[in-house]
Amino acid sequence: MSAPRTGPSPDEPLIDVVDLDVRFGEGTTRVQAVRGASLRLSAGRCLALVGESGSGKSALARSLLGLAGPTATVGAGRLSLFGRDALAFGPRDWRALRGRRIGLVAQDALVALDPLRPIGKEIAEPLLVHRVVPRHQAADRVIDLLERVGVPEPVERARSHVHQLSGGLRQRALIASALAAQPGVLIADEPTTALDASVQARILDLLGELTKAGTGLLLISHDLAVVEALADEVAVMRGGRIVEQGPVRDVLDRPRHAYTRALLDAVPGGGPPGAAPPAATGGAPILEVTDVVKEFRGPRGARRTAVAGVSFTLRPGETLGLVGESGSGKSTLARMVLGLLSPDSGDVRLDGAAWSGVSERERRPRRRALQLVPQDPLSAFDPRWSVARIVGEALQTAGVHSRQERREETVRLLEQVGLSAEHLDRRPLALSGGQRQRVAVARALAPRPRLLVCDEPVSALDVSVQAQVLGVLRELQESLDLAMLFISHDLAVVREVCARVMVMKDGRVVESGPVEEVFSAPRDACTRALLEAVPRRAHARHAAEERL
Amino acid sequence: MRPVVRQVAVRLGGALLVVWGAASCAFLVLQLVPGDPVRAVVGANALVDAGQREEIRHHYGLDRPLPVQYVTYLGHLLTGDLGDSYQLQQPVSGVLAQQLRPTAELALYATLLAVLLAVVVTVATSGRARWPRRLSAVVELVVVSTPSFWLGIMLLTLFSFRLGWLPVSDSGDVRSLVLPVITLALPIAAVLTQVMREGLLDALRSPFVLTARARGLTEPAVRSRHALRHAALPALTLAGWFTGTLLSGAVVVENVFARSGIGRVTLQAVTSRDLPLVQGVVALSAVVFVAVGTVVELLCLAVDPRLRGATGVKAA
Repeated sequence: MSAPRTGPSPDEPLIDVVDLDVRFGEGTTRVQAVRGASLRLSAGRCLALVGESGSGKSALARSLLGLAGPTATVGAGRLSLFGRDALAFGPRDWRALRGRRIGLVAQDALVALDPLRPIGKEIAEPLLVHRVVPRHQAADRVIDLLERVGVPEPVERARSHVHQLSGGLRQRALIASALAAQPGVLIADEPTTALDASVQARILDLLGELTKAGTGLLLISHDLAVVEALADEVAVMRGGRIVEQGPVRDVLDRPRHAYTRALLDAVPGGGPPGAAPPAATGGAPILEVTDVVKEFRGPRGARRTAVAGVSFTLRPGETLGLVGESGSGKSTLARMVLGLLSPDSGDVRLDGAAWSGVSERERRPRRRALQLVPQDPLSAFDPRWSVARIVGEALQTAGVHSRQERREETVRLLEQVGLSAEHLDRRPLALSGGQRQRVAVARALAPRPRLLVCDEPVSALDVSVQAQVLGVLRELQESLDLAMLFISHDLAVVREVCARVMVMKDGRVVESGPVEEVFSAPRDACTRALLEAVPRRAHARHAAEERL
Repeated sequence: MRPVVRQVAVRLGGALLVVWGAASCAFLVLQLVPGDPVRAVVGANALVDAGQREEIRHHYGLDRPLPVQYVTYLGHLLTGDLGDSYQLQQPVSGVLAQQLRPTAELALYATLLAVLLAVVVTVATSGRARWPRRLSAVVELVVVSTPSFWLGIMLLTLFSFRLGWLPVSDSGDVRSLVLPVITLALPIAAVLTQVMREGLLDALRSPFVLTARARGLTEPAVRSRHALRHAALPALTLAGWFTGTLLSGAVVVENVFARSGIGRVTLQAVTSRDLPLVQGVVALSAVVFVAVGTVVELLCLAVDPRLRGATGVKAA
């Protein structure tokens, strides 16, 4: 399983596309997703497609598999895959290509693998479909594949289901299934989105090894840092067109197109440094957390300590960043702050009064003081409700009972987060990711809270949208004197909005302090590992070293 | 192993609670029915004097206070003694055991046929072409909204009286099962198809189907190996519920096709106010529901691994 066994000749590209058009629908409802895109991919190279969601990246990639969808029309000047003219392909030709010549690593491994089947069966599927190995050898091959992508205990893992695996292992399993029939080209759609920095780094290493071994990689990402780490060439897409294309260094260091520059500026920590995040404005602390401990009982009575003695305080106007790998206890801590879990020992005080250890009946009237901004607003909204109703409900529980007042207040809140009255009647699905997150912020602001708990508020967003939402949060910090507990695995984002940062590992705070201090001179090994794992910092560090 | 024992205990406790509830409801409701139970015992036209009435009343324990009757009834129920039928002068448990076989046969075949029909129609009509789906939707609607006695009579008229292919009533051979089974199965199949097709179309839109197609799977393989299993989950729950209600479906079908079975006995018992028999049927159907519910739950566990062994709170 080393070099791809396919490909016409070494120098001829595996994928050669000229003037590709992808259209969805017919007549008045027709949408042109890709317009005149041209690209080439050779063995052992990595081509990155960059652009916001909706820019046509995924449609382009799927049309290379003949899977653009039943309503799609694909046209091209040339569509040559492995030296064959794919424009003349019938269903049988496409099926012979899929999985065997071109493997797909689709977005979000949790839903891209069948949740009802063990991953071993999923990985074995391409082997059996393309008759790569006889049926009785498939199980052994699956274990080899799992080993190759770095899954520990492959024999047990092959029997696991997707929901039993961590995010990193899921992604590896998905990559293993795409690699099973040894395709010459791998299409990886956002392979590292929603993964921790350190897990992200390991997946990037794996993909890097694959290209070294001769696989052609078509990487789709909106994360320029990931692109910088992996790609040889970049194609920037916008509105279905490739607006700029070239070697990765040229495009990222000397962008010619205005849109590429905008994308680069939007990378948190990548643009010109803004004003320092506001520090505490003083006054009595809003939140005091003292030595909280939370244990969970595992399957066989084993105890697992999720949070082991964490203390901190939060004052008005202050933003505290909470970073750490998944499983480090961030979310458990946040749930205790929100009063959704009670600590086994230690206590939480809100506004100087006891918050943990009191009954929910006593807590309920005080809940208005703290609000949650969720990670994925789409699943935190009722999909059938309009924006007016989503925000209005929060206003009603906050005591705004007149319908007219609620409407006016909703518009005021929407304007505060950079939306307007025209969004009132939209439903969540009709909003973009950034708009949704703004509505989530507006809803959290409705009861006039003094503390916001933000759980990965921007990790599911495109960089440019991320920048907008972060801008909104910073403005609110200053204008409303809000305190924020900001949970994120993205260190650059934390640096952008937080004055103070706390690093968690295995339920303990391993390091805390002013954000610049922690990031420039990390004392703990875990912090250093997290910082090094961030791919976008690699280039900056090299540059710094070169300057020295 | 201890958690397993606990789960079984909880389940058994739940089952007992359901049967107790159903039996109590039946007992109370039947007390509200106006009229003298003695008349049900002796028949409307029998000439019995007051003394004999008292004797009969005493024999069946009807002269005791209601709470005592209730407790005695529950006590008997616990030991499996369902009392004697007023009309048939036989133990109720004997009557039910005797009639259970034909009804169980009917219910089993009807369930199998319904599931088979639903799967075949679902797979056949969930393709890219729209017309088979529309046609099937119309047929489903008609079948679901047709009362089953009418459906039975129509089938009888056509296949037995007109064409003479199948026997009119229970003749003891397998052919006499065909029409009753179809009558019972069609409405169930129609509802199951609607639920399953919705589930299948939903599953076909999921990302894991894209992955499966990207592996080079053929369309039928994508459907049968991936999507159908997802569609089966809601349908399974529904099918279990339907199997439980087949007992009441049997009341209609067994009478239309003049078959013996629990349904027929139930109708007789209700019309002649044969209280012990009615209570027996209620207890039986409660047991059937509990049993079917357990089977469905186990099947769901087999289909969806995510339901197995909840591991408590998710890691942060």
